Amino acid sequence: MGGYNPFSLEGKTILVTGASSGIGRATATACSKMGATVVATGRNPQKLEATLITLEGDSNQIIAADLTIDEDVKNLVYQIPKLDGIVHCAGIGHRMPAKLLTMTEVEKVMNSNFISAVSLQTQLINAKKVNKASSVVFVASAAPHMPALGNAAYTASKAAIIGYAKCLALELAPRNIRVNCICPAMVWTDLIMQEGVGKEELEQAQLKYPLKRYGQPDDVANLAIYLLSDASQWMTNSCIDITGGTNEL
Amino acid sequence: MELNEFVEKFAEQFEDTDSSEITATTNYRELEEWSSLVGMMVIAFVKMDMGKTVTGDDLKACKSVEQLYNLIMAK
Repeated sequence: MGGYNPFSLEGKTILVTGASSGIGRATATACSKMGATVVATGRNPQKLEATLITLEGDSNQIIAADLTIDEDVKNLVYQIPKLDGIVHCAGIGHRMPAKLLTMTEVEKVMNSNFISAVSLQTQLINAKKVNKASSVVFVASAAPHMPALGNAAYTASKAAIIGYAKCLALELAPRNIRVNCICPAMVWTDLIMQEGVGKEELEQAQLKYPLKRYGQPDDVANLAIYLLSDASQWMTNSCIDITGGTNEL
Repeated sequence: MELNEFVEKFAEQFEDTDSSEITATTNYRELEEWSSLVGMMVIAFVKMDMGKTVTGDDLKACKSVEQLYNLIMAK
């Protein structure tokens, strides 16, 4: 039994986007602890440096990039080594009643949560940076099946990425590349600290969850490890809810 | 923003409540149309038009429109 660990990421190189904070940072850290070589990307170089300090191992690297800027994506794709796993964590929160939505805002949310991930993924494939039998993970959201007030644009962007991922799974299956989505309910990150929602309110609201709390970034990171590891090698085209048991956000 | 203008803008967030029903002393949370969605609209207008952040808890803590105005202006 000694050494048996189907969740090991030893020998794998994994790209994590949105790694300067929240779920992305937790995922990058967890991957390195499981033995992976991590390439962490995010917009903010200082925050990425802070992430790098939390990573185990000497071969990890950070590359600053704003994935909504095409030139940055091109540079990133050019610089990174061949990958065995990608975790798309980059994204923004947004809360605004439908009546007040401006198209500029909707475009910003769609760009950050959907288009930039699609663009990166497309360019990675075309640059042949995605190894056979890789695992691609999108951190989506439970929002598409848990509609909430003010969440229209955000929910639509997450529904879009789920739809994309499901088709991508079919197209990459011949190369044994797996594509799955993680759909978390509320997780304690900067993303949920939106305008007009106080921490105290959220602390109260989380008690409505059956497990009496919102998620922590590590809760999501651990699921990402499973999806990146060979333990999940028969798993593709899935969307996994991780919600503390709640049916509503 | 002056109180009068605030009351006017506050009243605009309601769809069916006539603006004449809403004055500085109105206890807005007792209005039939008051809901978390209207609250969200108020939060958005305060942010956009006044550049200030008001929370759901702030909305619960105040009784009258004027009280809310004062709380916002003190931020």
